[in-house]
Amino acid sequence: MTTLPPPSERKLGLVIDLDTCVGCHACVVSCKGWNTENYGAPLSDRNAYGAAPEGTFLNRVHTFEVTPETGPPQIVHFPKSCLHCDNAPCVTVCPTGASYKRADDGIVLVNEADCIGCGLCAWACPYGAREMDPLEQVMKKCTLCVDRIYNDALPPEDREPACVRTCPAGARHFGDLADPESAVSQLVAERGGFDLMPEQDTAPVNKYLPPRPRDQLASPALPDLAALCATPEDAPAGFVGWLDRALERL
Amino acid sequence: MHPAPSLILFTVLSGMGFGLLVWLGLGLRAPLGLAAFVMFALGYGLAGAGLVAAAFHLGHPERALKAFSQWRSSWLSREAVLAVVTLIVLAPHAAASVFFDQPLPIIGLLGALLALATIFATGMIYAQISAVPRWNHASTPFLFVIAALGGSAILAGLRELAIVLMVALAVAMVVHWWAGDQRAAQPGSDRGSATGLGVLGRVRLLEPPHSGQNYLLREMVHVVGRKHAMKLRALALGLGALLPLLILALPLGLAGLGLALFAHGVGILAQRWLFFAEAEHLVGLYYDSR
Repeated sequence: MTTLPPPSERKLGLVIDLDTCVGCHACVVSCKGWNTENYGAPLSDRNAYGAAPEGTFLNRVHTFEVTPETGPPQIVHFPKSCLHCDNAPCVTVCPTGASYKRADDGIVLVNEADCIGCGLCAWACPYGAREMDPLEQVMKKCTLCVDRIYNDALPPEDREPACVRTCPAGARHFGDLADPESAVSQLVAERGGFDLMPEQDTAPVNKYLPPRPRDQLASPALPDLAALCATPEDAPAGFVGWLDRALERL
Repeated sequence: MHPAPSLILFTVLSGMGFGLLVWLGLGLRAPLGLAAFVMFALGYGLAGAGLVAAAFHLGHPERALKAFSQWRSSWLSREAVLAVVTLIVLAPHAAASVFFDQPLPIIGLLGALLALATIFATGMIYAQISAVPRWNHASTPFLFVIAALGGSAILAGLRELAIVLMVALAVAMVVHWWAGDQRAAQPGSDRGSATGLGVLGRVRLLEPPHSGQNYLLREMVHVVGRKHAMKLRALALGLGALLPLLILALPLGLAGLGLALFAHGVGILAQRWLFFAEAEHLVGLYYDSR
């Protein structure tokens, strides 16, 4: 059923601390590893050893530069995966019922046997949390490691999502965000956790914790870091190139 | 968004097919015998060809039947159900017209309404997606409906009606672009709200999460063709609506209808290509491009 269930009593999700994340991508690797070897179709790679490798991932780490009005820019590593929204637009658009939100814990999952690979759920998600696997031709997304968190065969300390278990900086937390007494809810309240794109009315379960303010040392003007990382444009050749250089010299 | 040829063909062909079935159902074109056979075959053929083209877009076409199950929430499912119900409901009307020279007006009217609803549902598949601001407004489904009715009116040889609908189509295109530009200029979300870091300062991407391509970039951050948007709009408006209007107004007979249909077909393909190509998805905010 792709109609959304009534709000669940438990809302399992992640709290990601943007202050602590060091951008090591260990969560990306452990996620890919666990979800390739366990539940569902493996996350395929294409051209893995070629010139343009690419693959399917359920979790990716972006790195942003935030420049305040005054003071030096700040680097923020930003892991992004499915937010298991209460009002998930990816679920209601699904024509087959493959995409669904669990009524008991709020996890958003894809029943791969029912997925026709139309891609509409990925279009409906404003966060880019879903990727179509090019080999299996079914939609892949974060399962919140549903095959770990309820898995009695694993030792208790491993019954949390692979990304949380592996994070060396302790930047990822897993728990019940519907319970105000849970550790994750306390953390969100204490640190001012926020939603991504609240204006999209998706009501994400996952929360992000803001980076803490940096020391305000008198800092010299820094070079434009992002500009230094940019690929230089090819210098024009021929007459235009000559003209360009000639004008440069004037 | 990536302008997949299968989706462009699906929306254009099935739109024209179901549009033709609207006219045949309403009895505005009420052929009998062999003529009815040709017209209904064209309607059913175009609608069917569109659905087959859409199936090619699927990763698992063999599971397509499952797509009829979720009409309560999904416009894509509603469209599939409406399409098949339309074809079934109109069948007695078509058969009676072809074999017994006896159209069935009530059934025809019901089928026409269902065909109209099918085209509307096609438009709503795109209009419902709030992550694509350029599509997410009321003019989108109406553009689909008017384009389908206009093209099929030429196809059915309903000259006066086609002239009116070409004027309506020109207006619908311009309104859709205007409304889309407004929504795209103020999508309500920006890099600040997407990352939640906007309160701290100006946000920009320093390092993307991957050096190569991925599904999201190919499918939703497709930027080719956007810079030619104005030329394509002129082409779509000129060939899709204005030139057919001019040709239909001249006393050119059957050749005129053919010429108008050809121009309209090329124009509407350009419009549909641009519809996908210039649509920016909010996920682009995470990649510093839209």
